[in-house]
Amino acid sequence: MTSEGKTAVSSTPTLTAEPGQTPGKAPEPHGEASAARVGGGLFDPKMLWSALPDAFRKLDPRLMVKSPVMFVVEIGSVLTLILACFKPSGFVWGITVWLWFTVVFANLAEAVAEGRGKAQAETLRKAKTETMARRLVGGKRDGAEEQVPGTELTIGDLVVCEAGDIIPGDGDVIEGVASIDESAITGESAPVIRESGGDRSAVTGGTKVLSDRVIIRISTKPGETFIDRMIGLVEGASRQKTPNEIALNILLASLTVVFLLAVMTLPPMANYAKAPQTLTVLVALLVCLIPTTIGALLSSIGIAGMDRLVQRNVLAMSGRAVEAAGDVSTLLLDKTGTITYGNRRADAFVPMAGVSDAQVAEAARLSSLADETPEGRSIVELADTRYGFDDANGAGDDAVFIEFTAQTRMSGVDLGGGASARSIRKGAAGSVLAWVEENGSTSPEQARTVVDEISSAGGTPLLVAVRDADGARVLGVIHLKDVVKEGMRERFDELRKMGIRTVMITGDNPRTAAAIAEEAGVDDYLAEATPEDKMALIKREQAGGHLVAMTGDGTNDAPALAQADVGVAMNTGTSAAKEAGNMVDLDSNPTKLIEIVEIGKQLLITRGALTTFSIANDVAKYFAILPAMFAVAYPGLNKLNIMDLSTPKSAILSAVIFNALIIIALIPLSLKGVRYRPLSADRMLRRNILVYGIGGLIIPFVGIKLIDLLVSLIPGIG
Amino acid sequence: MSPVLAAVLQALFLIALLGVCYVPFGTYMANVYTSRKHLKVEKGLYRLMGVDPDAEQRWPAYLRGVLVFSAASVLFLYLIQRIQSHLPLDRLALGTDGSTGHNLVNVDPQQSFNTAASFVSNTNWQSYSGETTMSHVTQMTGLAVQNFVSAAVGMAVAIALVRGFARYRSGGELGNFWVDLVRGTLRILLPVAVVGALILVAGGVTQSLSMPETVTGLGGEVQHLFTGPIASQEVIKELGTNGGGFFNANSAHPFENPNPFTNIFEIFLILIIPFSLTRTFGKMVGSVKQGYALLGAMGGVWLLFVVLMHVTEFLHPGAAAQAAGAAMEGKESRFGIGGSSLFAVSTTMTSTGAVDSFHSSFTGFGGGIALFDMMLGEVTPGGVGSGLYGMLIIAVITVFIAGLMVGRTPEYLGKKLGSREITMAALYILVTPTVALLFTSISMAMPTARASMANPGMAHGFTEVLYAFTSGANNNGSAFAGLNANTDWYNTAIGIAMLMGRFLPMVFVLALAGSLTEQKPIPASKGTLRTNTPMFAMLAASVVILVCGLTYFPALALGPLAEGFSS
Repeated sequence: MTSEGKTAVSSTPTLTAEPGQTPGKAPEPHGEASAARVGGGLFDPKMLWSALPDAFRKLDPRLMVKSPVMFVVEIGSVLTLILACFKPSGFVWGITVWLWFTVVFANLAEAVAEGRGKAQAETLRKAKTETMARRLVGGKRDGAEEQVPGTELTIGDLVVCEAGDIIPGDGDVIEGVASIDESAITGESAPVIRESGGDRSAVTGGTKVLSDRVIIRISTKPGETFIDRMIGLVEGASRQKTPNEIALNILLASLTVVFLLAVMTLPPMANYAKAPQTLTVLVALLVCLIPTTIGALLSSIGIAGMDRLVQRNVLAMSGRAVEAAGDVSTLLLDKTGTITYGNRRADAFVPMAGVSDAQVAEAARLSSLADETPEGRSIVELADTRYGFDDANGAGDDAVFIEFTAQTRMSGVDLGGGASARSIRKGAAGSVLAWVEENGSTSPEQARTVVDEISSAGGTPLLVAVRDADGARVLGVIHLKDVVKEGMRERFDELRKMGIRTVMITGDNPRTAAAIAEEAGVDDYLAEATPEDKMALIKREQAGGHLVAMTGDGTNDAPALAQADVGVAMNTGTSAAKEAGNMVDLDSNPTKLIEIVEIGKQLLITRGALTTFSIANDVAKYFAILPAMFAVAYPGLNKLNIMDLSTPKSAILSAVIFNALIIIALIPLSLKGVRYRPLSADRMLRRNILVYGIGGLIIPFVGIKLIDLLVSLIPGIG
Repeated sequence: MSPVLAAVLQALFLIALLGVCYVPFGTYMANVYTSRKHLKVEKGLYRLMGVDPDAEQRWPAYLRGVLVFSAASVLFLYLIQRIQSHLPLDRLALGTDGSTGHNLVNVDPQQSFNTAASFVSNTNWQSYSGETTMSHVTQMTGLAVQNFVSAAVGMAVAIALVRGFARYRSGGELGNFWVDLVRGTLRILLPVAVVGALILVAGGVTQSLSMPETVTGLGGEVQHLFTGPIASQEVIKELGTNGGGFFNANSAHPFENPNPFTNIFEIFLILIIPFSLTRTFGKMVGSVKQGYALLGAMGGVWLLFVVLMHVTEFLHPGAAAQAAGAAMEGKESRFGIGGSSLFAVSTTMTSTGAVDSFHSSFTGFGGGIALFDMMLGEVTPGGVGSGLYGMLIIAVITVFIAGLMVGRTPEYLGKKLGSREITMAALYILVTPTVALLFTSISMAMPTARASMANPGMAHGFTEVLYAFTSGANNNGSAFAGLNANTDWYNTAIGIAMLMGRFLPMVFVLALAGSLTEQKPIPASKGTLRTNTPMFAMLAASVVILVCGLTYFPALALGPLAEGFSS
């Protein structure tokens, strides 16, 4: 147990025990990525032992009734137990014991699945130690500090945390910047930076401040913090049946009712045939016919599905979201960081006619001095190395830097005042040209040509324009280059095979977007995307009947995350984003969306495969039990005994034992999930029908025969 | 020509005939149900009924139409039987001493109820002997009318379900029951019946309104040969998968079915609508291939059992049959093994229930096949309309299980199958086994009910009872023969079984249609389970046999299997 417990949340390395797996760490999409398919968690037979007490506790009929199939088995077991007590015989006791095993094995499956979650929850609880918070009186940043227990904090309280403090609750940094150790929840030991404003302001209760001082505004009530929710989720306490599970349960319940009827109506018919049946045999027949295999494993499949996500450091807020992930047909992926490495670098300065490239470099550099983005820094770097600028060429004290916003899509600087006033803008071509035109000039044809050339080559053009005494004009173009991650094309091909369309979201202009989309192999792209565009795209896709998955981290992603059917928020993101999404990726790795989809599919496939297996099993069981029941009255029916089972008692007992053992045998499969490879629906169906349908027809013939060989050795039965 | 070769050629001829008519007839039916124009006579009927033909109904309203119309029909049929002796045209009866000119008596309450339930539920189980119990008024205004309209009701419900898949209406409208009922009757059943009747008359089937012929045999005994408007009733009996014969001997009677040609034509009439409706379905959902898949599942199972039936009957191991060359007991020599086997499988797989031979006299396995055919739930190809909606329910179950196996929330024709849809489908498949097995079991526990058997104490006797309730619950209407079903218990119990077996499933079908039509269709992708493939047809056929058929296996073991294996 303990080794399992550690895996998901605390120590990444133990997880890599599974070959080819790198869950817990952001898997790079190249290299081993194709091997890092959704596989299972580890299954250790020892877990069966430790889950045994729980399995017995679950015999409580009030709990059993949630699984109608197994509830019927339990009632049957009680009936035969009563019979065994009053009219004891080796056969009746044999059946009774194995019926009880059937029920316990079913509970065991669920208990094992839950046990893994409990162990994870245990580790999380340790992180949730009672902390004292330094609350600022009156909610004022300059207020006096008071010591209160972390549990007394309410939404809106301001707390101070300094190096060494445990953050007392979830919240947003509203002042300061600090490095924080989040290993308690992410398992990642490298500290992360959290700062006020922007998209990296969210902090989680239970994590530790390593340096500096921050003021945090608490954003959750005590008991509802992220860690609390995480504990609830992995423990399965807040587990609710998912829509598909409910539907499958209904189908299984109806099959149970049909067979219950078939068996209950049998006694008068059997009496007429002068082949009266004992209650024990009838119960045995019933239990063998109702779909116990899937009925027993259904809930553990669901729990294990959530668990597989947790092992990959993804927290799903509901099982519903996991299921929806399997249905996703449109995947929105941010270009930067997901499809490309994201650090686009300045590659060249292309001047307009009558402008030298050094002039472009100078303007570009000035406008980028306050730009801390990798692109901004790369512009400064390029200008410095190629044109020899240095710190002496500053912007001056009176410079006013204009920050980039998603709406203006430009940044820049206003220099000096009066007659020497100079405004430099750099940004997306459309925006800068509009700015030039707003300022009374016409946009040069050459600018468009150059922009188009760079775009079609897959680069990102940033226009640099200036407005000074000579009016507004375009100086030149910065050529930024972006690098597509390796292996993305193959991944998108696989997704296409699975029927999933990928749409790349980018702030780039359409030409740039098209070139990168072409290089990466995505199906579609949304260029010059604003949060509103993204939202509109999701709604449009959904109106067309598609299910949409996306990742996001910023506050402005929150509406789209909430609108998407599967919204994966990055753990580094704002609490608004985490609140809006239905999953949180603790590794903040957007590529993981693909794995999430695969886990969702695997969950459904496992359910379907075991249902098929369970139904197909009935054929063999009929061949075992019916001749055993009726051949006394109609000897001709012995021709149905094609397995040549030794005696009627042995045949019935063997069928019951097989029925119980197959549950145990399939527990690992229910936890790991059916092997999943990205295939078209047709090929996947053919494969699963072959393995679980045809296999389900044949295996019980072999299994029952083998068990019969053993059982027939028992005196009084064989 | 050897009988086996003849049987094969005859089956191939039938399949070719069906194949020729499938496309034009299926397309024609789709046009009937999607056309916006009303015929003049239809407009008159709508005015008469006070129905606005252009008003769409949601599923509860559609269901209300079905139930109100059917309840009124039951009531009318019941009353007319109870007062038939006071109505004109009733002087065609035989006295108990065999003399003519007597008034027919009124039918007793239990049998009246049974017959009313039977004809309205498209079962046409007959616990009476047609020629001696029912007056011409009852036959013509009651039973014959129901032969048309009960079939049209079945088609209407099927079309409503198809619309649930085919279209998206946020309000959940499924069409108009009254329009579907009238069109099905006037534009499909009536014209085909007219043409079919002419062909049957040409083939030698009797059509007359005269009094019974009285003939004196060589030995001096007096016989009364009944005639009547037989061809006109024969055609709708088969076409509407009704099965209620003019004569007690049904299609084995030489006036109903005089020769191998009329025999094969009657089988054709039985199968043409149920099979062609898959084309109608394909047309209406915009992909005929979807229809082919259902056709494949239906036709595959039908063909499999046709072959099995031929094999068991040709290879009958009994001494008498071996001496005669084949199992000819209870079969007409003019049809032989081939014509009888083909008819038997077709009639039991379509909820028709007409017979040209006596299933009780088939070999143990042969009788079992006829019984199992019905136990499959009458979906291969099933009754007129009911076969299609039954098969669609099977398709829903198949898609659900197979759909999970491809890792998606199952969807069929772009409609998601969630818990609401599965609940309806699951309830649907619960109904007939419940009704059939429960009543059989109760009967086996009742000494009086057991006394009706012709073969008490034997497996065959049990099969008689099991067959009766399976036939009733599945609205087939064929009898295994032997069982005296004209008792208060059987009349009442089978009557209830027929009504439950017909109308409860319709409730679930229409509720399903309602929830489907409210769903916006989801576009298909490569990740979607394709339902227009041979693979899917095979899966659906497996579900029919594994999910529906297997339920009855313990009961079958005590009846036909016990009998079959012991010989």
